Amino acid sequence: MDYLWTFLVGGGICVIGQLLMDGTKLTAPRILVLLVVTGALLTGFGLYQPLVKLAGSGATVPLPGFGYALAKGAIDAASKEGLMGALTGGIKDTAAGITAAIVFGYIVALCFNPKSIR
Amino acid sequence: MRYYSLGNYRDNRLVEVKGTGMPNNKLGKQTLAFRTRPEVLGTGSVVGVKEGQGPLGKSFDIVLEEDMFGEKTWEGAESKMLSESMRIAMKKAGKTADQVDAILSGDLLNQLMSSTYSVKEFSVPFLGMYGACSTMTEAIILGSVLVDGSYFDTVIAAASSHYSTAERQFRMPLEHGNQRPPSAQWTSTASGSLVIGRSKNPHFCCTYATIGKIVDTGMTDANQMGAAMAPAALDTVYRHLLDTGREWNYYDRILTGDLGHIGKQILIDMAKNLGIDLSPAYDDCGVLIYEKDQDVHSGGSGCGCSASVFAGPVWKSMMEGSISKVLLVSTGALLSTTSAQQGGSIPGIAHAVSVEAVY
Amino acid sequence: MAKKNSSARNESEKKRQKKAYEKYVKNFTPRPKYFSNSIKAFIVGGSICMAASYIQDGLINRGLGKSEAGSVVTVILICTAQLLTGFGWFDSIAKFAGAGVIVPITGFANSMVAPAMEFKKEGPVLGSGAKLFTLAGPVLVCGITASVIIGIIALLK
Repeated sequence: MDYLWTFLVGGGICVIGQLLMDGTKLTAPRILVLLVVTGALLTGFGLYQPLVKLAGSGATVPLPGFGYALAKGAIDAASKEGLMGALTGGIKDTAAGITAAIVFGYIVALCFNPKSIR
Repeated sequence: MRYYSLGNYRDNRLVEVKGTGMPNNKLGKQTLAFRTRPEVLGTGSVVGVKEGQGPLGKSFDIVLEEDMFGEKTWEGAESKMLSESMRIAMKKAGKTADQVDAILSGDLLNQLMSSTYSVKEFSVPFLGMYGACSTMTEAIILGSVLVDGSYFDTVIAAASSHYSTAERQFRMPLEHGNQRPPSAQWTSTASGSLVIGRSKNPHFCCTYATIGKIVDTGMTDANQMGAAMAPAALDTVYRHLLDTGREWNYYDRILTGDLGHIGKQILIDMAKNLGIDLSPAYDDCGVLIYEKDQDVHSGGSGCGCSASVFAGPVWKSMMEGSISKVLLVSTGALLSTTSAQQGGSIPGIAHAVSVEAVY
Repeated sequence: MAKKNSSARNESEKKRQKKAYEKYVKNFTPRPKYFSNSIKAFIVGGSICMAASYIQDGLINRGLGKSEAGSVVTVILICTAQLLTGFGWFDSIAKFAGAGVIVPITGFANSMVAPAMEFKKEGPVLGSGAKLFTLAGPVLVCGITASVIIGIIALLK
């Protein structure tokens, strides 16, 4: 049953992204930035946490979830360590994802070549 | 000094410029008349895999098996395609590289590197051309001027484009996951070359050329290039007909370079508002080069599109005798990565050259 | 004074013409298939989230903590997306599913590796190394900046 909410919320956020892609002149990178910042802002207002509780991965896997992880990390660390926490908390919590993306991405880029025709 | 007459063409103004004894080769406001009839001696066209699978695939000289053409980089492949098309054109014209006086060539890459690398092996004087996708007619026009003015005997006019080099410079990396909108066009992997010169029995010659003005619609969407260029194409065609005094149904074919499906419809509609029905003779190289089911959305684009379609299939039809009067109107969208990011508009330009039988 | 007025009038006239032309062009532009694109995005995006949830539950059952399991799942998603990009399949999947693979973290991962692969010809350091961040950089910069601001605001509360 939990999986149903995961599916619905995750799919729903993707539909929002799709409508932005189709309906506006925004390109994909711009939309990704919009989603991340929105996720972070909603977390700041305490509005994203209930969605995470309800849908789990449905809210954390899409890019607003990345913004949520960054903001949550910053808030939690700020309450413990003050200003340094605010600075470092976001990256600390998402370090696994960012580092994996950089390192694995670099290795893949060095090993593979782009193909021209789909 | 003998002035050549242009036979049975409606406009036969041989006006002498006051005091110099020289003929005035300008017609109207923007059109040049090539009085001594520089001839198209031979053509060469090299296209990539996707273009070879299109409806015109069999009419090109070389169709690549893979877009790298055996080179290490996409840019190297594009240069090789361009130099190959020049070689084929020279062979068909019966000329060797040392008989060619100049090469006028251009492409879409920064600082025209494709043309530069392709031409350097020939050791021929080189003039780089840039008009975005209108480069081919720009090169043909200036090449014809050199021959018509008896400055040079034989020149090559060429242009090329490559999907992969254009994408990585202007848009997204190849493996990036994105969805192209329905108005987007596909930069064609193609190159075309023409040898312009003189022969004892001229067959197809460049007769008139209209140099286009920049027309800026104010559109900023790089995925709507056809729409951005259509007014410029109409302006040039209209100007051409006005200056030469020709009727809109004079030509067997009026071919724009790469307006695509959307730009083509816009051009036909805008021409209708001016009282001109372009549809029977008019078509667009970007529409012709791909099938609808090749998933290119609005059609092909790129300098190589009009260059290869003219040098390949259209030239073939002309040689076979099915068409004898063609107005080639390559259209260019003048933007850069910087102007696009700064929210600048996309001005359009179109140059027209008429190639017709003169026997 | 008169010159300023006329140039302002020119500007507004140009803007009017531009808007009129854009409206005219819309008549000839086919509309994107909003409904079918959204359905595809919904199903694929939802499925990816469900799969992530399933894997996360599996890891928790094996004794990992909740947040650790979450990190591992994120890493798995990222590495899978990048591998698919390497094989040249991601762009075909994205063409079909659109936001369904672009909006989840998989899209971010692809946007990192695609330019790096592309610009390998310019060298592994200044080519691939630098281009990893051409598309993904803004996401990191804006996300991290937003998080720091929110952290500081939370402090001040």
